[in-house]
Amino acid sequence: MLERAAIIGIGYTPLRPVSPEVSFRELIFEAAVKAYADAGIEPGQVSTFVSVTEDYVEGTAIADEYVPDQLGAVLKPVHTITTDGITGIASLVMQLATEQLDIGVIEGHSKASNIVHPAHIEALALDPIYARPLAFHPRYVAGLEMRAFLEATGNTEEQAALVAAVNRRSALRNPLAAYPANLTAADALASAPVAEPLKRGDIAQPADGAIVLVLARESRLPQLAPKCGRPVFIDGIGWTQDTPNIEERDLSRAVYAEKAAQMAYRRAGITNPTAQLDFAEVDDTFSYKELQHLESLGLARSGESGRLLAEGRFSPGGALPVNPSGGHLGCGYAYDMSGLRSVLEAALQLRGQAGERQLDGVRRGLAQSWRGLPTATGAVAVLSRQ
Amino acid sequence: MEPFSGTSLTDHALVSGEVLLSFWQPKALYRWDAGVAISAFLDGLKAGKLLATRCPECRRTLAPPRVFCELCFRPIGDWVELPGAGTINTYSVSYVNWDATRRRTPEVPVVVELDGASPGIGILHLMGEVGTTLEEITGKLRIGAPVQPVWKPAAEREGAITDIRYFRLAEG
Repeated sequence: MLERAAIIGIGYTPLRPVSPEVSFRELIFEAAVKAYADAGIEPGQVSTFVSVTEDYVEGTAIADEYVPDQLGAVLKPVHTITTDGITGIASLVMQLATEQLDIGVIEGHSKASNIVHPAHIEALALDPIYARPLAFHPRYVAGLEMRAFLEATGNTEEQAALVAAVNRRSALRNPLAAYPANLTAADALASAPVAEPLKRGDIAQPADGAIVLVLARESRLPQLAPKCGRPVFIDGIGWTQDTPNIEERDLSRAVYAEKAAQMAYRRAGITNPTAQLDFAEVDDTFSYKELQHLESLGLARSGESGRLLAEGRFSPGGALPVNPSGGHLGCGYAYDMSGLRSVLEAALQLRGQAGERQLDGVRRGLAQSWRGLPTATGAVAVLSRQ
Repeated sequence: MEPFSGTSLTDHALVSGEVLLSFWQPKALYRWDAGVAISAFLDGLKAGKLLATRCPECRRTLAPPRVFCELCFRPIGDWVELPGAGTINTYSVSYVNWDATRRRTPEVPVVVELDGASPGIGILHLMGEVGTTLEEITGKLRIGAPVQPVWKPAAEREGAITDIRYFRLAEG
């Protein structure tokens, strides 16, 4: 049995549509200082640092060069991965599982507001020879997927719009959220078409922010307590990546999420996710993705997620609360930091520090990430408080 | 000499369309937030001043300034104005243009250790008034030589590192 890792320190800035007052360095420094204070450690005690970022999002080639300073990681082992935050955590978990390292740090940030033409960056991810020359706005990939998903499962555009409404409203109780709104499903449904059936209201809007988490091996916790924050254990983690060939994937499903969940559930000993998980933070970069992900994670049967949502099963008071934070629709889409934001919410809930939106008696939860368009890449983490 | 294996790709093959060529102009534009430290630094440049910060813990004076010390991991609030002059830490004589053609007149990138900043702390810039040939340049410059900034006139300064036109050898 591999030794578990635990989150012992969390630091974050609120998400905001813009953050002109600070540089990305200063933004990350704030999150890092808070994370070390929460963990009761100095950065000098950290054995390994992982950062998730992507050059085209930063606007800097070899952006990993810019990682160490604001984390207190100068001349320490650092590695930067071009992937989402939960896959970054998986890398850290594996490093700690070698039992050669005691404390590790993961950092993610977003300066989405600094990207002048985000769609043009997104387009660069499409195949340059046979996809990009068609010169569609890259959001069409979400439109293709949404139609295939709704058609195959019988979920509806109205139910997708309800996801947007529920999550934007949940964000009203989250001071970290960039896009809280008293929105109704009718408002989302009436919003401007983007790539039908996808509408403006179905799309999470970009946000800036930084998150730093401190992880430690379970066996080191007695030495770190009582100074560190209440530990949140990573019971299982899984990640996977589908083919880049959009036309080859099953667009009606999120197969990457199914596989990542199987991997994480196996490690965490979960055989019946709806009974064994108390809540979930799932990727809702687009409203329909929440429904698709819920079905892929085994939290709803195929075709039932929309109805269960409408019945309140996934509401804060429901049997399986989903995205109590407001999700990405409510908090903002933060590129590769997005998955860390989901883990952050899960950790706050499990520590009992989620304020007004605190769920009662939660012991185990799930955080899931998707790497965004046009990928079929994602990760799942199962977290618990014991 | 053994010939390389395979068929070499010629410029003609690309231009004539013999091989598939796919063009895409990336529209990768960014508006970076300079933040607290670098905004103040750029404002200083516009005013003809070189600003630095001082770490309360290790006492290093840092330029370009930052509001935290990357070694002590402490916040910094102390600002100092540097005189602007400095010494050459290292320099190079660059003969290569962006398109890989050779320059007739070389450029001289330099690292200037700024007076008043801690040893080893300084900024990257250009040397000017150093001649046009390698012999002239290497004859004039040496590591450790004192230099001073040549500023643009106040009306032309815009809050950028190029508000200093270049550094030149200090007189005397």
